[in-house]
Amino acid sequence: MASNQLTKASGGFQRRKVVDRVMTGIAYAFTAFALVALVWVIAYVMSRGIQVWSLSFFTETTALFGDGGGIYNAMIGTAWIVLLAVLIGVPVGVMAGIYLADFGDNRLGDFIRFTADTMAGIPSIVVGLFIYALLILIMGWNAFAGACALAILMLPVIARTTEGIIRLVPGEIREASLALGLPQWKTMFRVVLPTAAAGIITGVFLAVARAAGETAPLIFTMLGSNFTNTNPLEGAMSAVSLYVYQASSSPYEAVQNAAWGAALVLLIFVLTLNFIARAIALRQKA
Amino acid sequence: MSQEGGKAGPQRAGGTSSVTAQTMEVQNLSAYYNKFKAVTDVSMKIEPNKVTALIGPSGCGKSTFIRTLNRMHEIARGGRIEGKVLLDGEDIYDDRVDPVQVRRKIGMVFQKPNPFPTMSVYDNVVAGLKLERRHKKSELDEVVEKMLRQAALWDEVKDKLSANGTDLSGGQQQRLCIARTLALEPQVILLDEPASALDPMSSQKIEDAMQELKERYTIVIVTHNMQQASRSSDYTGFFFIEDMGQPGQLWEFGETSKMFSNPERQETEDYVTGRFG
Ligand SMILES: Nc1ncnc2c1ncn2[C@@H]1O[C@H](COP(=O)(O)OP(=O)(O)OP(=O)(O)O)[C@@H](O)[C@H]1O
Ligand SMILES: [Mg+2]
Repeated sequence: MASNQLTKASGGFQRRKVVDRVMTGIAYAFTAFALVALVWVIAYVMSRGIQVWSLSFFTETTALFGDGGGIYNAMIGTAWIVLLAVLIGVPVGVMAGIYLADFGDNRLGDFIRFTADTMAGIPSIVVGLFIYALLILIMGWNAFAGACALAILMLPVIARTTEGIIRLVPGEIREASLALGLPQWKTMFRVVLPTAAAGIITGVFLAVARAAGETAPLIFTMLGSNFTNTNPLEGAMSAVSLYVYQASSSPYEAVQNAAWGAALVLLIFVLTLNFIARAIALRQKA
Repeated sequence: MSQEGGKAGPQRAGGTSSVTAQTMEVQNLSAYYNKFKAVTDVSMKIEPNKVTALIGPSGCGKSTFIRTLNRMHEIARGGRIEGKVLLDGEDIYDDRVDPVQVRRKIGMVFQKPNPFPTMSVYDNVVAGLKLERRHKKSELDEVVEKMLRQAALWDEVKDKLSANGTDLSGGQQQRLCIARTLALEPQVILLDEPASALDPMSSQKIEDAMQELKERYTIVIVTHNMQQASRSSDYTGFFFIEDMGQPGQLWEFGETSKMFSNPERQETEDYVTGRFG
């Protein structure tokens, strides 16, 4: 008699099991869709890009005719602007993050947070236009201005990441340091920041990866160039993303193809940064 | 508040070399969080080379009070005090006094073990010294061994000084935190429920370490463990809160033996005998 007590009134359970299966299936399908899109992009850029890679592609300067020349000057440009953008954006962003985490529980802090979140949403082309009006009209084309534009794009991301990571450092750690008679600034720089370092570096790498591929703000600031320019303070300079943009809008098919080669360089650079960021984050957890 | 009888305390093994332990005197101290008064009008004398235990029901302001003794209270949001806290006759709340110096002289160990996660066992012990200024390696080596011995941890960790501080067991971490506090050679050590997050064995080890430490230091400890308070302290302060929303008060203070056998006030007796709280 009692043996079917548990199975009798379980119509709801059967239905729940079915719904559960369907929902799991849908979730899998969407995940697969996202993955396919990602793999497709990577695979396509690879197959198109690898065809134009050759030694001369990396050692020659740009030519927007013939076979498109190489990206030597563009890589130098990207190296410059990424370096300068990191030098400007990281200290300012990290300091802003420290301020927000440690002293930012007031009106000014809320205002800065609001500004940062708004800034993060501003289209990059607007930032480029802003720098154009501010610097380029006076100084002429230069890579430093391009780096400034990228730094502005990186700033809010770095500031908010840093704030979040610092807030994750347990209050007890901070207390322990203060109770040892260490002043607040030493507590921050010698105890809290080292504890948060891995997270902050991860955030910086992701922000750099984001900025390295930006094109629009560079059009307004460093313009692009077919020649090698190693002075970031003066004159137009190329960048890998600018090369992709300019070569792909060329009327010649060979030049258009060369854009894929540069796109692949950019893709590999960004993926590498992402992997490093992941590795640091994982090592911290272990 | 009778405390004159304290001179005949047990085992006065201290008093040999440098006696750094100091008397603290609290005068009419009230502590606030913004408008909220958490502790009101506490006065007591904390004797050197003695263990003073603070007991009382949850929320009656023991942690708040002990944190006023080394100016950690003012780190909390809206934390401020009225009254005086004298260390060897000098008011630690005087305008000319640097709170950073106060905290070096009056060390603190917290409820939850909090070693620095990015530092080795070795570096944790000397963190307070190293981050202040440069020291010779040989000097630091000496401090590490001495302090770990005082904290009754040396034998357990002498082979893993370079391991991460957070890789030790909870009880070892807490003794590491005690060693870290001792390394600054403070005059007073404050402990806020140092054993409440630990198993009975670890708790016992900390209690033993304390008995050794009082030969050199003045010790104040907050505890919920009545056996621990009655066994290992010389004076006991009972904090009590009359009604919800009221500030906590020092309800009764005296020699531990008297507080546990024959207290003046009914609430104290009820609490130490476990009838409430
Ligand atoms: N940072 C804070 N801000 C505001 N109020 C606080 C803060 N910390 C503690 N309080 C309040 O102060 C009162 C005393 O708290 P306290 O932590 O000192 O009690 P306690 O005796 O240590 O309790 P327990 O035995 O549970 O540790 C409580 O009413 C508490 O809510
Ligand atoms: Mg407490």
